[in-house]
Amino acid sequence: MSRRLTSGGRYIDRSAPQGFTFDGTTFEGYAGDTLASALLGAGVTLVGRSFKYHRPRGILAAGPEEPNALVALGPKERTEPNQRATTTELFDGLTARSQNRWPSLKHDVGALNQAVSKFLPAGFYYKTFIQPRHAWKHLFEPIIRRSAGLGPAPTHADPDEYEHLYDTADVLVAGGGVAGLTAALAAGRAGKRVLLVEQMPHWGGRLVTDALPDAKEEAGETVAALLSALEALPNVHLRTRTMCAGIYDHGYVLCHERVSDHAPAAGIPRHRLWKVRAGQIVVATGAIERPIAFPMNDLPGVMLAGAVRDYVECYGVTPGDTVVIVTNNDDAYRTALSLKAAGIAVPAVVDARGAADGALPAMARAAGIDVRTGQGVAKVLGKTGVEGVQLCAQGSAGEVTDTIACDAVAVSGGWSPAVNLWSHCGGKLRWREDAAWFEPDADKAPTGADGRAFVAVCGAANGRMGARDAATDAAGVGAAAAGGEVPGDLPGVPDAPEEAPLEPVWLMPADAQIEAREKMWLDFQNDVKVSDVELAAREGFESVEHTKRYTTLGMATDQGKTSNINGLAILAKALDEGVPQVGTTTFRPPWTPLSFGSIVGEAKGSAFQPLRRTPMDSWHEARGATWEPVGHWRRPYCYPRRAESAEEAVEREVLAVRNHVGILDASTLGKILVRGPDAGRFVDMLYTNMMSTLKPGRCRYGLMCSENGFLMDDGVVARIDEQTFLCHTTTGGADRIHAWMEDWLQCEWWDWKVHTVNLTEAWGQIAVAGPKARKVLESLGGMDLSAEALPFMGWADGTLGGFDVRVYRISFSGELSFEIAVRAGQARALWDRLVAAGDAHGMAPYGTEALHVLRAEKGFIMIGDESDGTVIPQDLGLDWAISKKKDDYLGKRAQARMHMTDAGRWRLVGLETLEGEVLPDGAYAVSNEKDEWGNTRTIGRVTSSYRSPTLNRGIAMALVEKGPERMGEVIDFPIPGADPIAARIVSPVFYDPEGEKQNV
Amino acid sequence: MRRYSAFAIVREGLKHHMGWERAWRSPEPKSRYDVVIVGAGGHGLATAYYLGKNFGITNVAILEKGWLGGGNTGRNTTIIRSNYLQDPSAAIYEKSRSLYETLSQELNYNVMFSPRGVMMLAQTQHEVRGYKRTAFANAIQGVKTEFVGPERVKALCPILNIDGPRYPVLGALWQARGGTARHDAVAWGYARACSEMGMDIIQQCEVTGIRQEGGRVTGVDTTKGEIGCDKLALVVAGHSGRLAEMAGFRLPIESVPLQALVSEPIKPCMDVVVMANTVHGYMSQSDKGEMVIGGGTDGYNAYTQRGSFQHVEETVRALVETFPIIGRLKMLRQWGGIVDMTGDRSPILSKTPVGGVYANCGWGTGGFKAIPGSGWAMAELVAKDAPGPLSSHFGLDRFRAGRFIDESVAAGVAH
Ligand SMILES: Cc1cc2nc3c(=O)[nH]c(=O)nc-3n(C[C@H](O)[C@H](O)[C@H](O)COP(=O)(O)OP(=O)(O)OC[C@H]3O[C@@H](n4cnc5c(N)ncnc54)[C@H](O)[C@@H]3O)c2cc1C
Repeated sequence: MSRRLTSGGRYIDRSAPQGFTFDGTTFEGYAGDTLASALLGAGVTLVGRSFKYHRPRGILAAGPEEPNALVALGPKERTEPNQRATTTELFDGLTARSQNRWPSLKHDVGALNQAVSKFLPAGFYYKTFIQPRHAWKHLFEPIIRRSAGLGPAPTHADPDEYEHLYDTADVLVAGGGVAGLTAALAAGRAGKRVLLVEQMPHWGGRLVTDALPDAKEEAGETVAALLSALEALPNVHLRTRTMCAGIYDHGYVLCHERVSDHAPAAGIPRHRLWKVRAGQIVVATGAIERPIAFPMNDLPGVMLAGAVRDYVECYGVTPGDTVVIVTNNDDAYRTALSLKAAGIAVPAVVDARGAADGALPAMARAAGIDVRTGQGVAKVLGKTGVEGVQLCAQGSAGEVTDTIACDAVAVSGGWSPAVNLWSHCGGKLRWREDAAWFEPDADKAPTGADGRAFVAVCGAANGRMGARDAATDAAGVGAAAAGGEVPGDLPGVPDAPEEAPLEPVWLMPADAQIEAREKMWLDFQNDVKVSDVELAAREGFESVEHTKRYTTLGMATDQGKTSNINGLAILAKALDEGVPQVGTTTFRPPWTPLSFGSIVGEAKGSAFQPLRRTPMDSWHEARGATWEPVGHWRRPYCYPRRAESAEEAVEREVLAVRNHVGILDASTLGKILVRGPDAGRFVDMLYTNMMSTLKPGRCRYGLMCSENGFLMDDGVVARIDEQTFLCHTTTGGADRIHAWMEDWLQCEWWDWKVHTVNLTEAWGQIAVAGPKARKVLESLGGMDLSAEALPFMGWADGTLGGFDVRVYRISFSGELSFEIAVRAGQARALWDRLVAAGDAHGMAPYGTEALHVLRAEKGFIMIGDESDGTVIPQDLGLDWAISKKKDDYLGKRAQARMHMTDAGRWRLVGLETLEGEVLPDGAYAVSNEKDEWGNTRTIGRVTSSYRSPTLNRGIAMALVEKGPERMGEVIDFPIPGADPIAARIVSPVFYDPEGEKQNV
Repeated sequence: MRRYSAFAIVREGLKHHMGWERAWRSPEPKSRYDVVIVGAGGHGLATAYYLGKNFGITNVAILEKGWLGGGNTGRNTTIIRSNYLQDPSAAIYEKSRSLYETLSQELNYNVMFSPRGVMMLAQTQHEVRGYKRTAFANAIQGVKTEFVGPERVKALCPILNIDGPRYPVLGALWQARGGTARHDAVAWGYARACSEMGMDIIQQCEVTGIRQEGGRVTGVDTTKGEIGCDKLALVVAGHSGRLAEMAGFRLPIESVPLQALVSEPIKPCMDVVVMANTVHGYMSQSDKGEMVIGGGTDGYNAYTQRGSFQHVEETVRALVETFPIIGRLKMLRQWGGIVDMTGDRSPILSKTPVGGVYANCGWGTGGFKAIPGSGWAMAELVAKDAPGPLSSHFGLDRFRAGRFIDESVAAGVAH
């Protein structure tokens, strides 16, 4: 049984017990434990169920490569599914639940899948569930979905905080083992700004654990010396619990720091996302051990050999009382020695190689361990845990030669450099035949815009497995990354004995029959076995990507960290090709899964997107405005009074403007200043109208089109002086139009002497509209606002009630109207004054909906309603705004194209329903012919539709085929589920067609 | 070829699955074909399939520079819907969607078409009007959609936050028969059926040149030698510009990265597909349990199949805002594909200036759903050397005439 040893455990503090629960049972571990080590220490070896067959799963590894030991953490409102127990630091009060089982981990109904597993090979679902057709959606898919899925879905919004931080580094080193520490020190000594990140809470990586017993102390000193040398350098920054998640183009690196996962507390963020721009990146991420495929290698209790010695040495925990070691290399003998030193029985090291004559096997033999060469595992015995192993000759088909009782198996199939980060941005790999691994090809590093490599790799990640070798490599790489020399005084690294080469063992035993291969797991989480990969090859899924997708090999939450190479090798064998010919799948960020919370950072809830508020916002709020988001702004939609509905409020506001006076917060309108000697030429190109002839003091309504001729924005342009225009845009369009202007100035007309400034927020703007508008303004005292002094479509600077203002005589409602611009800081004060002055005249504030109704009554178009990116100004009867005198403007050439001048285009008209009812927005008119697809042919559509309080009936604007030629005609609008609505084509100007009201 | 069925699986299961045949042959190229199709993505394979099925043309080769289905077909987020606004779009996408309904049976391959429903959220008044308009258009086009209110939205997808402080959900355009399918299976199913008809799918075979005589195509140069043909269909998505260049003409296509990502798998919590265009993100849950997430394209042109993190960040923000419970999930993997964008965001299915050469591209961010319909229409175009009603509006001449089919009108994100 797995258990806590009475002594040992570098990382744990036996004086600090920590209580935790797993599936409701309370256990105790120590500070410094991981959840995995604490569970093992408490004798828990069954921790989860696999994805497909619901096989019992234990703990395989001791780090982020763990495929099996996934748990759901936290109380309900903080549920975090699929957390790896091997990287979860224990704290007092931690709660964990096992996953993918029902009703309990021990008795899981889903485990019935195992009984029929022979009928559920790779990709079986592509070949079945085909008939009957509706069964997939209603029967098969729901069953599959329920049995898949691993962890529970959270049910609450995440209550925790996250933050983003930004940093730069000349050299960023990923990985804090001996290679990373050495590389960082070499780079730091060169005086460069260095950032060193390590995903685990400890420095030194495997150095101490992998050192031989008599060298452990020295190894510990090496780590300490490296650390203190680094800490002495002010230009070096060290961060533990910080995972380098991804490397992107231009040296952009994403690091993820677990700030308080191990010690939850209010007021500090849970995770921190670092966005680092690095000049050079040194990858020192070490290597990952791989298992060996032998029958029943997935039972709880089968563990990677390196992980076993991690548990023994770092946490004082053993996975069993009797541990058999299975290997094809010398390194696993370290585990035998570790266990032996801890007093655990090691009945045998089963070494698949013909001979094991290296120094490490010799030491094992000297320690009294039985080394059985040329042997393999015929089968692991046990149901939910290891009970023994049957041995056989490695070169055989699996005839059992011996049986050894044991309760754990430590397996090593060799190591693979952790090359993910190297590969994220395109670093290439090469196959090392002697070591049977892919390692970075230094000649094919990721390159930056200058064509030079910006990622380097060192240590075990570079295929330099020995500690001293790794450190030497790292010193050179670190120094080179910083453009410096290798320092002469680096701390010494203990030497290790020479290791004999491994022998690749992809199958154990080598001639295993199909029955055995069906029980050899490659991907433990997704239940992909040797037979599955072989099946894929047999069926023609020869590309490694096809095999991956067909079998789901390497697609689990560990992304194949322990299974990929084994799977590739099996595929290569099945295809009778070399492993390098088969190649790898693509390595994608992140290195290990990254919390969404940390990606979001602070930008959630009310901070999700900046809410832009006008200076009058709080007034609107106090008046009970209902809001409408427009771009990033919020604008009052209407101001309902007490029991009023929104419709009633809008109606009242419209009538107030028509009969008395209304006041509108127009501050969100875009205001872009265009200035310079070429300003006139520039606005002539931007607008369809002739703008350069506008006189200072005058305004003109202008249209802007895309290069394709489609109407994209409109607004009033005021000429301020000879070289200055102020261009008003729609609220939603301001930023886009400003960018559009800059695009042309910076990319096409870079020699024009013009600059633009977006002044939208610098000014508050207030529209006062209605027959009594002038009276209200005059009551404030100040500038002359008479029709003579300030005629329609004119503007003037002056004062009103002591405020410096600019007043425009423009109207979007058809009434006498003034738009008053005032410095943003004074806008609220002026607003208050106007509101007070308006009281005597029956003035009402009005919102966006009343604005829309007013303009529709008047037949004014609205960008986004009458235009939708397919409409040209000519469609809207706006030919008058298109200058015939100009050589060119943006969109002119496009508007001459065949389809744009087609007589059959849909054009703007007004509609009056025969019964006075309101047409639904967006309804289509139909003819009685069929179109080419056999549907009823459409001949028009409603672009805006309102109940007009002024006319007391429904009015609408519409685009209708040849519309203006069909005045008086009645057309039908079918309404699904109701009778069609008939409407007569009329002029779109419903109110004051002569324009007498606005021009007084 | 042996048919797939539960019975076949049982039979094979008793024999340890040693008897399964190859899903498709791996032939050496012949010297000449009636039709050569470049690109074994979904569109290329479907074109081949319907050439054989609808027109009896089976002397066909499909040339693929990598592995079949490895382009955007194998990278997309598999949303299938046909609630498009413009008539020509609705016609081809609805044809496609209806072909998906029976594709598993047609191909004897489970493509896992899952009509779980697609919901496009309206979060501004402007979107409400836009989607109501689309619903009206769809009713006439024979596409079943409806505009539903916030309560229905919440009932269909309980994990949605409809009262978000920033953009409360005002309603949604709901297409109950939209959904998802398994992308690889679509490519594999068509490939198997094509191979079965005697067509040659040749992988690891890159087209490097296009041979012509007197303004007509005669064949292609490839990394596996010269291959003659009477007709040539270019169906290479993001690489269309490169192939057009080889043929001596230009296409109005820009290639930009589009990214997607998945979370770790969790138990089912979302039965529909939700697209939120105001905040710019969409999400569904795969049968494996992963939340499948996408957003907008990256803001620059590129051929590298990876993108910038900034876009991932914006998309995840949008979705955590929309679905607060996913905040504690983790991103498992992000990736990118190169999408082929036209100026009006609609595809090109067209004859070209070179006789016998046809282009099928421009599906951009939303062509997975179109695979069967596009193949159907393209087969007709190639077989008859003239467009049928499904493709006639998607010709190259529309750019010269200004006859755009602009779908961005209805939705910011078109997947
Ligand atoms: C992240 C992402 C998400 C998406 N989400 C959706 C979605 O939800 N719904 C939806 O409907 N669509 C979606 N799409 C779009 C969809 O994936 C594509 O429109 C569709 O798959 C295109 O298929 P295709 O066959 O045209 O192209 P591809 O699948 O890209 O196939 C083209 C093939 O041509 C090959 N090729 C290129 N050059 C040559 C040459 N010279 N010689 C030989 N072969 C060549 C390529 O290798 C490739 O296999 C998404 C796309 C991406 C990238």
